Amino acid sequence: MRIAVIGAGAVGALIARELCRYEAEVILFEREPDVGWGVTKANSGIVHAGFHDEPGTVRARFCALGNALFPELAAELDIPFRRTGAYVLAFTKGEFSTLRELLVQGEANGVPGLEIHRREEVLAQEPWVNPEVVGGLWAPTVGITLPWELAIAATENALKNGLELHLSEPVVGIEVSRGRVRAVRTDRGRYPVDAAVNAAGLFADRIAQMAGLDGLFLHPRRGEYVLLDETTGSLVNAVLFPAPTPVSKGILVLPTVEGGLLLGPNARDLPSDAREATETTREGLEEVIAGAKHLVPGLPLHKTVKTFAGLRPESPQKDFVLGETKVARFYQAAAMRSPGLTAAPAVARWLAREIALAHGLREKGNFNPKRTRIPHPADLPEEEWARLIREDPRWGRIVCFCNRVTEGEIVEAIRRGARTLDGVKFRTRAGFGRCQGGFCTDRILAILARELGVAPWEVTARGGGSRMVLGEVRP
Amino acid sequence: MRVYAVDVLVIGAGAAGMAAAAAAAREGARTVLLERGERLGGVLEQCIHPGFGLHRYREELTGPEFAHRLRGELEDSGADVLTGITALEVFPDGPKVKAVSPRGLKAFSPKAVVWAAGARERPFGALRIPGTRPAGIFTAGLAQRLLDLEGFLPGKRAVILGSGDIGLIMARRLHLEGVEVAAVLEIQPFPGGLTRNVVQCLHDFGIPLLLSHTVAEVHGRERLTGITAVRVDEHRRPIPGTERHIEADTLILSVGLIPEVRPIEGLVALDPVNRGPRVNGWLQTEAPWLFAAGNCVAVFDLVDTVAELGERAGAAAARYAVGELPAGKKVPLVRGENVTALVPSYLDGAAEGARIYLRVPRPLEGVTVDLGGVVRRPVRVARPAEMIGITLDGDALSELSRREEIVVEVKRSG
Amino acid sequence: MSEKKLVCVSCPMGCELTVVLEGKEVVSVSGNRCPRGEEYARAEAVEPRRVLMTLVRVEGGMDRVVSVKTDRPIPLRLFPKAMERVRELSVKAPVTIGTVVEKDFLTTGANLIATRFAR
Ligand SMILES: Cc1cc2nc3c(=O)[nH]c(=O)nc-3n(C[C@H](O)[C@H](O)[C@H](O)COP(=O)(O)OP(=O)(O)OC[C@H]3O[C@@H](n4cnc5c(N)ncnc54)[C@H](O)[C@@H]3O)c2cc1C
Ligand SMILES: Cc1cc2nc3c(=O)[nH]c(=O)nc-3n(C[C@H](O)[C@H](O)[C@H](O)COP(=O)(O)OP(=O)(O)OC[C@H]3O[C@@H](n4cnc5c(N)ncnc54)[C@H](O)[C@@H]3O)c2cc1C
Ligand code: SF4
Repeated sequence: MRIAVIGAGAVGALIARELCRYEAEVILFEREPDVGWGVTKANSGIVHAGFHDEPGTVRARFCALGNALFPELAAELDIPFRRTGAYVLAFTKGEFSTLRELLVQGEANGVPGLEIHRREEVLAQEPWVNPEVVGGLWAPTVGITLPWELAIAATENALKNGLELHLSEPVVGIEVSRGRVRAVRTDRGRYPVDAAVNAAGLFADRIAQMAGLDGLFLHPRRGEYVLLDETTGSLVNAVLFPAPTPVSKGILVLPTVEGGLLLGPNARDLPSDAREATETTREGLEEVIAGAKHLVPGLPLHKTVKTFAGLRPESPQKDFVLGETKVARFYQAAAMRSPGLTAAPAVARWLAREIALAHGLREKGNFNPKRTRIPHPADLPEEEWARLIREDPRWGRIVCFCNRVTEGEIVEAIRRGARTLDGVKFRTRAGFGRCQGGFCTDRILAILARELGVAPWEVTARGGGSRMVLGEVRP
Repeated sequence: MRVYAVDVLVIGAGAAGMAAAAAAAREGARTVLLERGERLGGVLEQCIHPGFGLHRYREELTGPEFAHRLRGELEDSGADVLTGITALEVFPDGPKVKAVSPRGLKAFSPKAVVWAAGARERPFGALRIPGTRPAGIFTAGLAQRLLDLEGFLPGKRAVILGSGDIGLIMARRLHLEGVEVAAVLEIQPFPGGLTRNVVQCLHDFGIPLLLSHTVAEVHGRERLTGITAVRVDEHRRPIPGTERHIEADTLILSVGLIPEVRPIEGLVALDPVNRGPRVNGWLQTEAPWLFAAGNCVAVFDLVDTVAELGERAGAAAARYAVGELPAGKKVPLVRGENVTALVPSYLDGAAEGARIYLRVPRPLEGVTVDLGGVVRRPVRVARPAEMIGITLDGDALSELSRREEIVVEVKRSG
Repeated sequence: MSEKKLVCVSCPMGCELTVVLEGKEVVSVSGNRCPRGEEYARAEAVEPRRVLMTLVRVEGGMDRVVSVKTDRPIPLRLFPKAMERVRELSVKAPVTIGTVVEKDFLTTGANLIATRFAR
C-alpha cells in the first residue's frame, strides 16, 4: 500500500513517521525546500497541559494525550523538551475566578496536578512577576520544546524507516474517482496512491478542495513575537500566561529551551488569502511588549534579538478536523491551531492506527524509533569533544561564536538535508545567538557552497529568490 | 587536556591584542596570543579604505596595511601566536582559559590574561523594525567582509541605515562597485560619522543623506524589495504621513557595535554605557589578573587609540605577572553632563601616564571637559564621532587620586 | 562667476565654505574660521583629489580579489574611468602587500598598489 502525506510540518512529519511503523510505502510531499517551515516554524513551542480547551472538543482530548506522550517522544527523537510548568496569572478578582473555571475545565480534561496558588506562593516561585498579581493557576505538566526540531527529527527518523521525502514539491492536485483517492499530482509528476493524508497546515483547505471537498475554511490569525537573548531566560522559571480571553490564551512570557525569553503572541485575524503574511507590525509589537510587561514589568528589552510572526490556521468550528472524509482513503489532520503542536504526537499515532486498521496493515518488525540529534560538542563532556575532533578536526573549528557551533555540526546538518542558510540555522542554532549571524553568515555561506558543490551566489537563505549574494564583484 | 603555563595570555589578535601581546613580550613576559580566525588583524583586514595610523605611524594607511605593520612589531617581540583557536571560557580560579581548535581542546594557566576580543555588531532584530524578514539585510561589517574580503556582490540597490563611519564607508564602497545607494538614513538630526566621511563618502558621489529618518518597515518575501522610510521627531518617534517607499534589494545596517564580553560577562563588573568591563588606568578589570583592551572595553573610533591601549594593557599584564604592577587607591570616574562612553572607570594614583577617553552624546561647540574640577580642557567642537582623549600629568593624577570620586563632564565654556 | 559650497574637513568644526570661482580661478573663500579652511577650499574647489580604494581580480589563487589603492590621491573626476579600468585588471596569486598592480595608473602619476596579501 502506498500512502501520500501532504505537508511536512510537525503534524505531517509525525504522521509519516507513525505510518512507517507499518508495512506501507510512505511518501511525504512538502512544498518548501525544508521541513517544518510552515506554522511549525513560528509559534510558542509550548507543550500545553490541556486546561485551556473546552471539554468534549477534539482539541481537549488530543492535547492531554499529546502532553502525556511528549517525554517518551522527546527521548526517542532526542529533541529538547523541558517540563517547566506554567502559571496562569490573575490580576483581578474576576480573573481569579477564571482560574477556578480553568481548574475545573482542566480536571474534566484529565489534566493532572492543577493547583491554585496565592500571591505569595506565585511571587516566591517567580520573583520577577508583576507584584500586583493576586494568584495563579499552577499547571506542572506544561513544558517547552523546539517545534521545528520536532518536524526535523520525526522526518529524519521516518527516513531511516523507509520514508520517501519530496521537498520543494507542492501538491497541485488530488485525483479522485468513484469516490476514492487514486493519485496525487505535484508540479513534477503524478503519483498513484492508495491513500492520502492532508496535513498541509494553513493550506489544508486548498488541498481539501483539490480532493473535491468543501466545508473546510481556514483563515490566518497572526501572532507576533519578540525574542530576547540567551542570557535572559533565567528571569522566569515557568511559562507565564495571563487569564485567557475568548479569542486567545493571551500574551505570554516564557523561557525557551535555548535559554532566551519569548514574548507574545498577540492575535490578529487576517483575510483568508493572507496566507504568507508573516510580517510583524508596529502596533502588534507594541501590543506584545505591553502585554508581556503586564506580566513581568522588568523585562530587559534591550536584549531583543529578533521579532517574528506566525499564522494560526483558524476555522469557524475552532476545532481540529481529523480522520477520513467523504472521499474514501482521503484523511485529514487539519485546522490544527493551538494546541496543535502538543496534540501532534497523539493525532499522528491515532490517525496511523486508523489507516492501518482500515487497510489491514501489519506492523514492521524492524521499526527503529530512535533518532539522535546532531552532537553539540560545547554541551558534551571534554573527552567526547576531544574524540570528535580527533575523528574530524572540523568539530574543533567554531563557526558561530554566540552559540558555539562548530563546522562539524554544520557539515552534519547539510549531510542530514539542510540546503539553505535557514536549514543550517534551524538545525544547528548557528546564527541564532545574540549577533544573529553578523559574525558567521559569510562562513556558513562558504561551507554550504563547498558541501553542496555550488557557487556561493547560488546559496539561498530559504529557497526561491532568497539569494544571499548576487555574484562576484570581479567576475 | 594539556595545560599550558604562560605569563600573559592575550585573547584576540585585532589591533588591541597584537599590540598587547607585543608589549607584554617586550617586557620579557612569556606571551601567547590566541586568535580564532586564520589571519591576524581583526576588523582591520576588511577595512580597505585609508584612514588608519595617522597618529601611530604618521602616515595614512589602509586597514590591512596597518595590520601588517602591527604584525611586524608582533613578530619582532617574540610573542607566540596561535591562530584558528577560540577561547571558550575564562575561569576565575587561578586564571585559566579553555580554548578549542581543530587540533583539540587546550587549557592555559597564565598569570595574567588580556581580553581583546573586539566588538560585535548590533543585529537587525534588535531594532524591532516591523515587516518581513527577507534575505538582503546585512550588518555593515558582514557586507564589508562579503564585498571586500570575499569579492561578492551583495546586491544591486542598497539603503543604508545609520550614518556612523562604517555606514558612510560602505556607502562609498558599494557605489564604487556599481551598487546604487538609494539613501543613507540617520535617526539623529546630525550625521553619526566624521565630517570628512560625510563629504568624501556621500557628497563626492551625490548619495543622499536623510537625517532624522529611519526604516519604518521592511518589505519582500524572499529577497528584500524595498523599505518604508519615515521621518522621526525629536523623541525618535515616527511622524505619521512622512512615510515613503524606497526600492532596494539590500539593506545595510550600521547601528552600533557592542563590546564582546561573553566569556568574561559573569566574572567582572561591566560599565552599563560602554557595555564592556570596568577597567582602571592600567586597563585592569575588577579581577586583578584580567586586563582588557580595544573595542571589547568600549567602542573606539581610532585604531591608533586601540593599539595604544593594547600596549598599555599588555605591558601592565606583564608587570602584574611578575608581581610588579603597583596598585593604589581606586577612585571611580563618574559621568556628569554630556558624557557617554568613558574609559577608564577608575583612576589609580599608581597608574602613571593614564589617559582618559570620553565621548559626547551630540555635537557641542565651545565646551570644556572638566575632570573633577582639577583638569579643565577647552574643546572648540566636540562630536560624537570622535572621542576626546586627555592625558593626565603627574600633578593632576596625584591630585585626582586623593578624591573619593571624580566627576567627568562636558560643560559650556565660560 | 560661479559659486561652490563645500564643507571643510580639515578639522572637526566642519565649516561650511562658499567659494567664488572665475573659471578655474578662486576669487574668494568665505565661511572658514581659520586659514586652513581657505587652503582647503582653494584646492578642493578647483580639482578635488582622493585616494581610490577598490579591488582587483586575483587569478590562479584561493582569494577571489585583493584590495588595492592609488599610492597618492588622483582627481576625483577620474573615478568612474578608474573603476572601468580596475574591472579589466587582474593579478596572479600570490600577491604581496605593496605589489604594484599598475604603474602610472590612468597617466595620473599614481601607482595602483596591493594593500593586502592574496593567496
Ligand atoms: C502564533 C502561534 C502560536 C502557537 N502556539 C502553540 C503552542 O504553544 N503549543 C501548541 O501546541 N501549538 C501551538 N500553535 C499551533 C501549532 O503551531 C500548530 O498546530 C502546528 O505547528 C501545526 O502543524 P502542521 O504540521 O499542521 O502545520 P505546518 O507546520 O504549517 O505544516 C504544513 C506543511 O504543509 C506544507 N504545504 C502546504 N501546502 C502544501 C502543498 N500544496 N503541497 C505540499 N506541502 C504543502 C507547508 O509548507 C507546511 O510545511 C501555535 C500556532 C501559532 C500560529
Ligand atoms: C568598518 C570599520 C571602519 C573603521 N574605520 C577606521 C578608520 O578609518 N580609522 C581608524 O583609525 N579606525 C577605524 N576603525 C576602528 C578600528 O579599526 C577598530 O576600533 C580596531 O581595529 C578594533 O580593534 P580590536 O583589536 O579592539 O578589535 P577587533 O579588530 O575586532 O579584534 C578582535 C579579535 O579578537 C578575535 N577574537 C574574539 N573573540 C575571540 C575568542 N574568544 N578567541 C580567540 N579570538 C577571539 C577576533 O577574531 C578578532 O580578530 C574602523 C572600524 C570598523 C569596524
Ligand atoms: S575652516 Fe578651519 S576651523 Fe573651519 S573646519 Fe576648516 S580647519 Fe576647521
